[in-house]
Amino acid sequence: MFIGFFLKLKAAGVPVSLTELLALHQALDAHVSGFSIEDFYYLSRLVLVKDERHYDRFDRVFAEHFEGAVALLDELFGEIPEEWLRREAERLLSEEDKKKIESLGGWDKLMETLKKRLEEQQGRHQGGNKWIGTGGTSPFGAHGYNPEGIRIGQDESRHRRAVKVWDKREFRNLDDSVELGTRNIKMALRKLRRFAREGAAEELDLDDTIYSTARNAGYLDLKMVPERHNAVKVLLFLDVGGSMDDHVRVCEELFSAARGEFKHLEYFYFHNFLYEGVWRDNRRRHSERIPTMDVLHRYPADYKLIFVGDATMSPYEISVHGGSVEHWNEEPGAVWLQRMLAVYQHAIWLNPEPQIRWDRVLSIRMTRELMGERMFPLTVAGLEDGIAELKKRRA
Amino acid sequence: MSATRFTGTDNYVATDDLKMAVNAALTLSRPLLIKGEPGTGKTQLAEEVAAALNAPLHTWHIKSTTRAHQGLYEYDAVSRLRDSQLGDERVHDIANYILKGKLWQAFESEQRAVLLIDEIDKADIEFPNDLLQELDRMEFDVYETRQRISAKQRPLVIITSNNEKELPDAFLRRCFFHYIQFPDRETMQAIVEVHYPGLKKDLLSAALEVFFDLREVPGLKKKPSTSELLDWLKLLLAEDIPPEALGADDPRTILPKLHGALLKNEQDVHLFERLIFMNRRRREQN
Repeated sequence: MFIGFFLKLKAAGVPVSLTELLALHQALDAHVSGFSIEDFYYLSRLVLVKDERHYDRFDRVFAEHFEGAVALLDELFGEIPEEWLRREAERLLSEEDKKKIESLGGWDKLMETLKKRLEEQQGRHQGGNKWIGTGGTSPFGAHGYNPEGIRIGQDESRHRRAVKVWDKREFRNLDDSVELGTRNIKMALRKLRRFAREGAAEELDLDDTIYSTARNAGYLDLKMVPERHNAVKVLLFLDVGGSMDDHVRVCEELFSAARGEFKHLEYFYFHNFLYEGVWRDNRRRHSERIPTMDVLHRYPADYKLIFVGDATMSPYEISVHGGSVEHWNEEPGAVWLQRMLAVYQHAIWLNPEPQIRWDRVLSIRMTRELMGERMFPLTVAGLEDGIAELKKRRA
Repeated sequence: MSATRFTGTDNYVATDDLKMAVNAALTLSRPLLIKGEPGTGKTQLAEEVAAALNAPLHTWHIKSTTRAHQGLYEYDAVSRLRDSQLGDERVHDIANYILKGKLWQAFESEQRAVLLIDEIDKADIEFPNDLLQELDRMEFDVYETRQRISAKQRPLVIITSNNEKELPDAFLRRCFFHYIQFPDRETMQAIVEVHYPGLKKDLLSAALEVFFDLREVPGLKKKPSTSELLDWLKLLLAEDIPPEALGADDPRTILPKLHGALLKNEQDVHLFERLIFMNRRRREQN
């Protein structure tokens, strides 16, 4: 059962496995939920999907797969056997209700009316009108006939509501291939955490204490270690102005996330490409320039380097001295980038431009080559790849 | 059936899908992983489920330094060492130095307990993996005393996460997952009704108006959530602010009253002020 649905989910990139499929059957077997399609939707989502990022994909597959089924149910429901209806109703109705039904002309008449109403309903239903019984004029509604128990009508309206649930696609924003938000970026950056023990020794080191005590012939010898901290250090270089104006928001988000996440974060701005000077305050970019050489000397090689820029410019700005649009540069930008990379082995370039454009822009290709292919798109997925790259050990 | 099914409580409004999630986890004895925006009542869910089922609640708050083993038990080697130095009699029985963790306490319970593992994502990346067997089989070994502890009644395990770390696949496979959606207007109204019964209708609708408008403001770093709304309402009630005063404050032109309860970030307040300023100017020009 549900194998087609399961395979479709898998094909749509929702990570499902056999365990989940079996769990779904187990849950259905245990009658965890009701039998409406909406209940089934919630149940299968609960069991099969493990991350809200996949909710949207799940919704789409569900809609596609069960669209036919819902329609089929609608067809079937016109043909509910009378026997079943009657038995079900007998089960649900109290003695009093039954008496009332008798007074209305007995079962057969009631069933006939119901059937007629159902037929009418199907016709009217397409016009979008409400169900019988809601107005309180039909014998069914007036005498406590429980449409929920019989699951006609109620079922139908549930379908309609349920269809909306997955057709609303409320979880679209949570899909990770779409967009970055501060929170998403933080999540991605957090992967760069590396815990290390530094600073004042405040925590008891149990293993070492036991070991030393044993060596100390059983006399207690307490050993302390410093607490664990996130020890990752990051240098962030952000391209500002010009073509980057389109990407201000995403860069701002990245920046604020990074600031919250890393204790050791140093950030600098540059324009288009890295040259001999960078700055920390955009308003005073001309008066308070920091020589790139100082940055190189000041921060040790264990810092990780992240460039953020669209790398979209004239190729001369990278390769030729005097090529910068803003000032006269004595040395080409490529030289400065290579100097940086020689010191800091862990480096990536995050590019907010869509990846499909990269090959078409010469300066992006050049930058990418200079970075040794370590350029990643500025999306959650790209950021994750980039962080993975930063975490790699390099000789 | 009433004792084994969760249908929300007097002070917690659960949506249909959430109820189903809790009931599925109860029936199949699987851990339930809950995610959602901060302030949507993830932690509270466990408390309310425990209250509704009349079950004891064991809460295990996870910190960045928490290790999986601490949930099972801890061997207090230092006390034992000290006692051995002092020649205490207790030292001969190692069981005296085994401290029970939250999992153990939940397993021991005669009645089905609710175990809340709060903010599992705060812990080390390997933490969930270390708990796989224990949560699956609901048993573990105490090596020091060569004892096997198994759950007398499989507890209902509710795990909350704020998504700070990706959880390992093997762990996810064993859980049911539910994402608490930010409540829509109707649910929100029900939630407020539960917390402040008899709140003046007009004040509530005026407040909700401001609140949802505020959530729509693009670029907010931290959108106000349910718990912030409740705090804000409490303040409004305490200050006895008439609904007209709220209604008059079009959030596009003036900061809502007592906005400190809703906006918790000075950048957000600043952004908001700038937006208001722009809107006013535009209005004056018209």
